[in-house]
Amino acid sequence: MQTAISVATSAPAVSMPRRRLVGAYLEEARSECLRYLRAPGFMLPIMLFPTMFYLLFGVLMVKSNGADAARYLLASYGVFGVMSPGLFGFGVSLALERDGGLLTFKRALPMPPGAYLLGKMLMAMAAAGMVILLLMALAWSLGHVTLAPLQAGALLLTGMLGVLPFCALGMFVGTLIKGQGAPGMLQLIYLPMSFLSGLWMPLPILPAFLQRIAPVWPSYHLDRLALAAVGMNRGPLLVHVLVLAGVAAGFALLAARRLRRHG
Amino acid sequence: MNDTTVARLDAAVKRYGPLTALDGVDLAVRRGELLALLGPNGAGKSTSISLLLGLIRPDTGRAELFGLDPQRIEARRRIGVMLQSANLPPTLRVGELLRLTMSYYPNPRGCDETAALAGIADLLLRPYGRLSGGQQRRVQFALALCGRPELLFLDEPTVGMDIDARQKLWTAMRALVAEGCAVVLTTHYLEEAEALAQRVVVLGRGCVLSAGSVDDLRKRVALTRIRCVSELDTEAVAGWPNVASATREDGHLRIATAQAEAVVRRLLDADPALGELEVQRAGLAEAFTELTRDAVEAADTDQREAA
Repeated sequence: MQTAISVATSAPAVSMPRRRLVGAYLEEARSECLRYLRAPGFMLPIMLFPTMFYLLFGVLMVKSNGADAARYLLASYGVFGVMSPGLFGFGVSLALERDGGLLTFKRALPMPPGAYLLGKMLMAMAAAGMVILLLMALAWSLGHVTLAPLQAGALLLTGMLGVLPFCALGMFVGTLIKGQGAPGMLQLIYLPMSFLSGLWMPLPILPAFLQRIAPVWPSYHLDRLALAAVGMNRGPLLVHVLVLAGVAAGFALLAARRLRRHG
Repeated sequence: MNDTTVARLDAAVKRYGPLTALDGVDLAVRRGELLALLGPNGAGKSTSISLLLGLIRPDTGRAELFGLDPQRIEARRRIGVMLQSANLPPTLRVGELLRLTMSYYPNPRGCDETAALAGIADLLLRPYGRLSGGQQRRVQFALALCGRPELLFLDEPTVGMDIDARQKLWTAMRALVAEGCAVVLTTHYLEEAEALAQRVVVLGRGCVLSAGSVDDLRKRVALTRIRCVSELDTEAVAGWPNVASATREDGHLRIATAQAEAVVRRLLDADPALGELEVQRAGLAEAFTELTRDAVEAADTDQREAA
């Protein structure tokens, strides 16, 4: 009798219905987007830098060269703008949350695996999409750049998916450096890489040596794709897609390994 | 394994470089009990909790949650957690944090019920970053209990709370235990352990120094200490009725007893020259200090002998 009771009191394993599991992923993504949309310190630099640069170099200073220059620079500054939510949204927030104990807390909770990273990824994609839309609006209204709906869609898609390799790179840096050191480190990657891959000034203007090493930078490959989207690059695209996918997978794997080992 | 055990450490050892944080700790948390984990800083409380939560792995030995590896999500769906420090996203509202955390669990408590239990009903619409330290702790407590856990880990939950908030948290903890939820509580406040815990485990230097019911620990310390200057023979005094122990230190006779009045009367009769009489009642705090000091001294002696 006694044993029967003690067996009965051992609680059954708790199963999580599929619907609730999907709900947990959605909640995580929703919270991640909300918290950053409400943080002006995060959103303003991401939105302002590329738009200001584009206004200055892509609209005001190229008046003489006409809409073609504005169209070319729309793609380049679009890529410049897309890199930052990836590097900073992912990298800096991860570094800060590792430092502040939030990541530890989330690891102790029954958060479904990957929900944390997936949430940050979706947030970065949303922010990248907003940057592209903002730049397209400027290009259309002030730069007299006309994009076919298909081109606009392609550029938006390039931006939203193109943020992913930079998320992975940001995540990797975020696992290397804890806390406040990460933003500086990421700036050191972000700004030179943008310049060297011809996002500020078109590559043909840069010294020949820099032109030759440009394919080393992932942002160069994203720029080729963005240029193709606005109809200014007729070369093959598959190689660029593969390079970017490789960069994303490589850094994501490295970062995941470090996260598992060091938390 | 006893099927009333919900979490346990089995000879768990954890080293950080040359430092041994846990040195073979056995610990079992039973269903529905409130277990207080006490010890000075660096005793191994947080390391024990991190092992049980699966945040770190033991170097040797085992950690189990509901008979499973703590890193298994099925095990963690049955627990709630309040850590010592966690910077939650400041721009999210309290209600949003609650909703997010509830989404991780198969059968969470309702939002209103959780808020009422944790006393945060008036905070749900406020951004987390705008709350005071004590309010933030209450929100963290709400997040810990919102999943209807069978086992709750509370690491120093009342630090930063005023007396009123602390009392409310105690009431909530009692309500949870009454529902059958087991609680592992670490605290610096001994009166907290005294008021709430059914069982107290004292850690020191990575080892379990004492484990037992609060009554056991209290009995151990319900002794009164008598100190005086007297020429009476220590061993003879130790043989008196009601005397638990008698020792001589720095020329003082020290007696531990549960019947101070009777012993003092006999002392005064036996030694008219007796002086500097002090009678002091020991509390849980004193026993705790003594327990941990003994451990420290023992460790120091070991080191000296080893050197």
